Amino acid sequence: MNRIRSFKRGAADGFPICLGYLSVSFGIGLLAMKAGMTVVQAVILSLTNLTSAGQAAGIGIIAAGGTLLETALTQFVINLRYALMGLSLSQKLDKSFGTPQRLLVSYGITDEVFGVSSAFEGKLRPEYMYGMILVATAGWVGGTLLGALAGEALPASVTNALGIMLYGMFIAIIIPAAKKDHKVFCVILIAVGFSLLFHYAMPFITSGFAVIICALLAAVAGAVLFPVPDEEKDPETEEGVL
Amino acid sequence: MSVWIYILVMAAVTYLIRMLPFTLIRGKVRSRFFRSLLYYIPYAVLAAMTFPSIFYSTGNTVTAVVGTAVALLLAWYRMPLIVVALAAAGAAFVTGFFV
Repeated sequence: MNRIRSFKRGAADGFPICLGYLSVSFGIGLLAMKAGMTVVQAVILSLTNLTSAGQAAGIGIIAAGGTLLETALTQFVINLRYALMGLSLSQKLDKSFGTPQRLLVSYGITDEVFGVSSAFEGKLRPEYMYGMILVATAGWVGGTLLGALAGEALPASVTNALGIMLYGMFIAIIIPAAKKDHKVFCVILIAVGFSLLFHYAMPFITSGFAVIICALLAAVAGAVLFPVPDEEKDPETEEGVL
Repeated sequence: MSVWIYILVMAAVTYLIRMLPFTLIRGKVRSRFFRSLLYYIPYAVLAAMTFPSIFYSTGNTVTAVVGTAVALLLAWYRMPLIVVALAAAGAAFVTGFFV
């Protein structure tokens, strides 16, 4: 029963991600069709990649007839942040996470899944992650399908406004944490400062790469200025909440 | 070149990036510096991804700024994720009628 409860909790926590993904992947679907891809290709692209910035860049390369090396390098740079996120998540996994579970859950490490699961209080169980990733993926793939099929069915006033949802979710994750821990607040300010600097003063650095640099600079600053206290309790005895 | 080969390359690179650290790092990280780094990274990543991108997320800076303000306010009062996200979109949508 515990497993089912974890799964349901994950699915519930994944629901806002699913809604947010619908609007973004709708745009991905549109983009893929404009690039001359078929509906099936657009859907399979979303199902196998599950990444907004990476897919958007990849579709651009496909449309321009770029090389496979360029495709691989672009994905590597834009998606490198997932390596950091995976590393961070690997520290809060429940003991029931073996290699097969890790191989499965790896598939679904996205910005939003990472954001929500790293805000989760307690250890992460595989079933919780399965539930969240399943619901989120359904939104991502379903939105791509709708976008590819329906074209511009929704008025632009609606799709434009929906574009802010994912960022609204990010804000809902970082602000309460910043309120609780002033050190987190400082790190967020540093990250935003660097991000603004990169965006406006160094626009030639691609956004995926800029995120990696800004996040590392801010996190290193945080680790140097405000190191976390030594572990007060043995993590091995800490049980997962769900 | 077939579109399928591009899709395959993209999927393979993206999966490996996600899978390798998540699967290979088993032990607890003992270094205090590294633990601090991992503690701060999620917030740093999300903050850097949100700003300034959020200001361009609706296709109009004014509606986006209004949506951002609503999101910040509701997040400050610890509203659930979906409430903050939908209210931001709603605020941007309504503002769209006035700009």
